[in-house]
Amino acid sequence: MDILDMTALQLSAAIKKGVTTAVEATEQMLSRIDAQDQTYNCYVTVDAEGALAQAKAVQKRIEAGELTGPLAGVPVAIKDNLCTEGLRTTCSSKILHNFVPTYTAEAVKNLQRAGAVILGKTNMDEFAMGSTTETSAYGVTRNPHNTEHVPGGSSGGSAAAVAANECFYAIGSDTGGSIRQPASYCGVVGMKPTYGTVSRYGLIAYGSSLDQIGPLTKDVADCAAVLEVLTSHDEKDSTSIARKDTDFTAALKDDVKGLRIGIPNDYLGKGLDGEVREAVLRAADVLKEIGAVVEHFDLSLAEYAIPAYYTIAAAEASSNLERFDGVKYGYRTEEYAGLHNMYKKSRSEGFGEEVKRRIMLGSFVLSSGYYDAYYLKALKVKALIKKAFDDAFSKYDVILGPAAPTTAPKLGESLADPIQMYLGDIYTIAVNLAGLPGICLPCGTDSKGLPIGLQLIGDCFQEKKLIRAAYGYESVRGDSNA
Amino acid sequence: MANIISDETIEYVGILAKLELSDAEKEQAKADMGRMLDYIDKLGELDTDGVEPMSHVFSVENVFREDVVTNGDDRERLLSNAPQEKDGMFVVPPTF
Repeated sequence: MDILDMTALQLSAAIKKGVTTAVEATEQMLSRIDAQDQTYNCYVTVDAEGALAQAKAVQKRIEAGELTGPLAGVPVAIKDNLCTEGLRTTCSSKILHNFVPTYTAEAVKNLQRAGAVILGKTNMDEFAMGSTTETSAYGVTRNPHNTEHVPGGSSGGSAAAVAANECFYAIGSDTGGSIRQPASYCGVVGMKPTYGTVSRYGLIAYGSSLDQIGPLTKDVADCAAVLEVLTSHDEKDSTSIARKDTDFTAALKDDVKGLRIGIPNDYLGKGLDGEVREAVLRAADVLKEIGAVVEHFDLSLAEYAIPAYYTIAAAEASSNLERFDGVKYGYRTEEYAGLHNMYKKSRSEGFGEEVKRRIMLGSFVLSSGYYDAYYLKALKVKALIKKAFDDAFSKYDVILGPAAPTTAPKLGESLADPIQMYLGDIYTIAVNLAGLPGICLPCGTDSKGLPIGLQLIGDCFQEKKLIRAAYGYESVRGDSNA
Repeated sequence: MANIISDETIEYVGILAKLELSDAEKEQAKADMGRMLDYIDKLGELDTDGVEPMSHVFSVENVFREDVVTNGDDRERLLSNAPQEKDGMFVVPPTF
């Protein structure tokens, strides 16, 4: 077997057996990136020298018996909104074009402790604002299944890198679907954990109450293993939760008997592509055949999630992005008259269109006179949405539906109409509002050969049920569907 | 379009957002924001009287820890990211 085709767990096992080494895997991966990333543009920054140095050090520690974990020695790609000490971190924005962090995000540190080799930083929508990776200041990323199509976003570079075999696994972040939707478009596995599971320390904030870091992997077993490593309680993130029962790989059991699965009728309605609908319902049938109890139900409020989300996310973004002012780091305009003019010009030249649109909207909904009508209203709707999920999870273990209404759109078709683009987030966004875990995995392809994703949503802290359902489905799905 | 954004409003939001928009960008921003607010107005269909606004999904209380310094002196490295620095300080334009 070509080592580049291995999953992360397979590679680490092969390294331990002495079949290959972390250095060899890293070298081969770097030549693969070198050969094909001009086409896909998954990476903003490739750290060839650093990766080789890490691989050598990690290999030594594996041989010395110091690193024994299931991901030791495996090269990983990191989304470019996670700070990496000494390695440029741009958020795919011009305003951070030269920013070199002085510390590493806690989630990335957890990977390093487990023996990961960081290959580089992946492309994304600027500040994670977008659904296609087309708002990046460093060029679009192309979908490896068809280069005329987008990889999805905002973690498009990470998803595409996994699909194109330009890494063994990748890390993304998900504020409104930014891991699950690109996973769906690129035909890989992606998971957003329960809010508070993975430390956000060192993640450049977009919507702090919604942001979570999670894995993008080749299969469900890798996903569980990576999530297990990412999870930790961190004092440096005040929303971090001390979780118990985080041995997620223990849930990799081919057994879905008795699992109660609900399909929201709201997730199968207007706007859903026929082929996506068919593939998702076929997956539900498969789960039924292997013992799950599958029912349809009304979730309600689905159509209110998007307006609530864009109000809250824009409000938080406008506040979080105030720090980019041309003083401490990043881009500063050439000519200015006084301090405030410098701030304004640096920000206006440094931010792209979509980022400015959301900062403006966020500033408006937080301004006096509008705060109650918009921001507070959205927070109340968020409470109603959470309650609708609570009711659903009193009846079901897992909610099943599509991750996106269509397969990957063509490049250049999405940005002209922002609201139309936002509507594409309809199946993923409520999960963030309610803080729930969600996983997306491949469940077929459409007539154009583009991947279709199946989304499974769990109640808070119920990742194991998701992993069980996903693993059970994956085990019987068959290659023809993958 | 139900929400008409005035020139004054876009000026005011520009000040809050610390963004300097060209005339063309202002027109675009007025149209975009109006459309977005029309869309957000959909939330008005829901009766939320008596509903507690939910900022965090889990009840978040103040998280305290001892005030102990754990990081070292990173001044040089931090300043190396600054667009302009002098004698260990960030340089900014005159503030008045």
